[in-house]
Amino acid sequence: MTAMTLAKAINSSLRTAMESDPKVLVMGEDVGKLGGVFRVTDGLQKDFGEERVIDTPLAESGIVGSAIGLALRGYRPVVEIQFDGFVFPAYDQIVTQLAKMHARALGKVKMPVVIRIPYGGGIGAVEHHSESPEALFAHVAGLKVISPATPSDAYWMLQQAIECDDPVIFFEPKRRYWDKGEVDTAAVPAPLHRALVAREGTDLTLAAYGPMVKVCLEAAKAAEEEGRNLEVVDLRSISPVDFDTLQASVEKTRRLVVVHEAPVFFGSGAEIASRITERCFYHLEAPVLRVGGFHSPYPPARVEEEYLPGLDRVLDAVDRALAF
Amino acid sequence: MSVKSTAARSSRGGAKRRGAAGQVPELVQLLTPEGERVEHSEYSIDLSPEELRGLYRDMVLTRRFDAEAITLQRQGELGLWASLLGQEAAQIGSGRATRPDDYVFPTYREHGVAWTRGVDPLNLLGMFRGVNNGGWDPNTNNFQLYTIVIGSQTLHATGYAMGVAKDGADSAVIAYFGDGASSQGDVAEAFTFSAVYNAPVVFFCQNNQWAISEPTEKQTRVPLYQRAAGFGFPGVRVDGNDVLAVLAVTRAALERARSGGGPTLVEAFTYRMGAHTTSDDASRYRLDTERQEWEAKDPIARLKAYLDNEKAADDAFYAEVEAESDALAKRVREGVRAMPDPDPMTIFDNVYADGHALVDEERAQFAAYRASFADTQEGAVR
Ligand SMILES: Cc1ncc(C[n+]2csc(CCOP(=O)(O)OP(=O)(O)O)c2C)c(N)n1
Ligand SMILES: [Mg+2]
Repeated sequence: MTAMTLAKAINSSLRTAMESDPKVLVMGEDVGKLGGVFRVTDGLQKDFGEERVIDTPLAESGIVGSAIGLALRGYRPVVEIQFDGFVFPAYDQIVTQLAKMHARALGKVKMPVVIRIPYGGGIGAVEHHSESPEALFAHVAGLKVISPATPSDAYWMLQQAIECDDPVIFFEPKRRYWDKGEVDTAAVPAPLHRALVAREGTDLTLAAYGPMVKVCLEAAKAAEEEGRNLEVVDLRSISPVDFDTLQASVEKTRRLVVVHEAPVFFGSGAEIASRITERCFYHLEAPVLRVGGFHSPYPPARVEEEYLPGLDRVLDAVDRALAF
Repeated sequence: MSVKSTAARSSRGGAKRRGAAGQVPELVQLLTPEGERVEHSEYSIDLSPEELRGLYRDMVLTRRFDAEAITLQRQGELGLWASLLGQEAAQIGSGRATRPDDYVFPTYREHGVAWTRGVDPLNLLGMFRGVNNGGWDPNTNNFQLYTIVIGSQTLHATGYAMGVAKDGADSAVIAYFGDGASSQGDVAEAFTFSAVYNAPVVFFCQNNQWAISEPTEKQTRVPLYQRAAGFGFPGVRVDGNDVLAVLAVTRAALERARSGGGPTLVEAFTYRMGAHTTSDDASRYRLDTERQEWEAKDPIARLKAYLDNEKAADDAFYAEVEAESDALAKRVREGVRAMPDPDPMTIFDNVYADGHALVDEERAQFAAYRASFADTQEGAVR
């Protein structure tokens, strides 16, 4: 066990993957010499060389499109999109090509491409640097979409994503990059798409992934002081969602609040609420509530704290769910 | 002008062809780094002492504004700043080449161009402070909002220029972008569209040698101005630290656009003297000796040397500019500090022009939610 930041855990994970498989490549803007704008790929180019850690031209469609070609040639590219809001030049390649190549070839080709995207707000950035576009990818068949909440999951889920023969969109909670946690690199990790109960409780389930897991854990702690015992499920995977784990939790607590930074309208919470309502209709004591972003562009940094779901917004939803 | 003749023009455009990017190029230059006036076969300029002093003043004030913004960022008044240090001549020279009816499409670093358009510097600081995402009315000064997504604005400029041509107006459009941006598909598409529709647009690439940590060699094998030839319009490389040459070259390109000649690519060869932004640490990827070499080509020192040689400016003038920049810095400092945080309810403003039921619903819910805290202690968590 070693304590490390989430950024460092991803760095170690990339290093391990590159050491164990010479076909693993790291590509993106500023990932080489600089080590990425968040230093997530720090030192990798120095140790693995420019042939494997590639500073690409400034062109996201080019990055993903060429990663597809490299995958066709037997490589396992792990590409970085510098910030959430800059993935869209690559969206065409991701949706029309990366996601569909396997089906188009009737299974004869595989697309082991990982797209790492630092996402979410809370870092006081300018426009396009704080968004949560995960639903735009979860909506596309052929893509797997995951988001770790802890350094340990960041380490292991990235290992698993790189080993996976399908394209994986790996959303990194950038505001948690500097949070530390224990990482056991000799552990046996949970399956990639398994949800985990991050905190056991009896009165209500909070479901979240990525940056919001910490907020939910804090909310559960605050609620405890008011005599409420909340369960927190860290979904970890957005496509697929581990509905079995979530169902078991909701059948126990009978109430569910889903929390994400992304806008709630057509967001992942909508899908989760709908499926859980189908599965647990007779267990539910309250409608599934959602806490998330508004139907507005991500606001300027000086009001983002109001926009982002925080403790108060989560607890407000908890109150409303418990009032039913 | 036919495609053939425009392409031919690009090859005799004063810049010698080189095999690879990054080698010292032969540039259109009218003022040497030492401040000596030189002639060029194709571009000339004849400015009055007053006009020369005007360019000097523009550059000094822009640099001062920029320095003040960096300080304000360090003090926590701004969240971020993208400095234009070193690129004053490229921006002032090209900006001063535009007419009021021309239209400018900037990236996020064109503070000097904004200055030439009459945009209040304080307007530029809102997005860097984090109180808005731009917010100025682009039609007031024909200066579009800053665009952060690299390359996008080159297409907007092209479309705007197509509209200008459809209207039969004789205005021109200028799109700014960087060496890194030249790799984006959008930029290639802008070149294609502007060429096909002979749009009156000037593509002004500030090749400041770096795209964050990546040198221009990571973006291109040929000097960037040569890209234009493949699209069928002229490209020219100008000394981006020579305000006279930039002014002359940009004027010619805008004039060409106005008179139906179609697009031109201007590559202003310059240098990003600072880090990419205040969040960046350039020492991780480049040598300071490189920066020092470019310091010797400083655009302001160069023009000052010329002004002094020509006796076109005296101490009183310099003192006046100094006093003016002090006043500007003070106004910016005070203006930024007084900039209020937006009301959280503005999150729901301007999402749509014609309204939207969901936005109205969420606005009402959020207002009620916020009101529910009114009677508890402010800010406290329950
Ligand atoms: C589509 C997109 N991808 C990535 C970024 C992140 N980014 C911001 S500036 C920059 C480098 C830009 O370099 P260049 O075009 O040379 O302009 P300069 O910053 O040097 O003025 C990058 C990669 C972005 N803003 N937009
Ligand atoms: Mg650049």
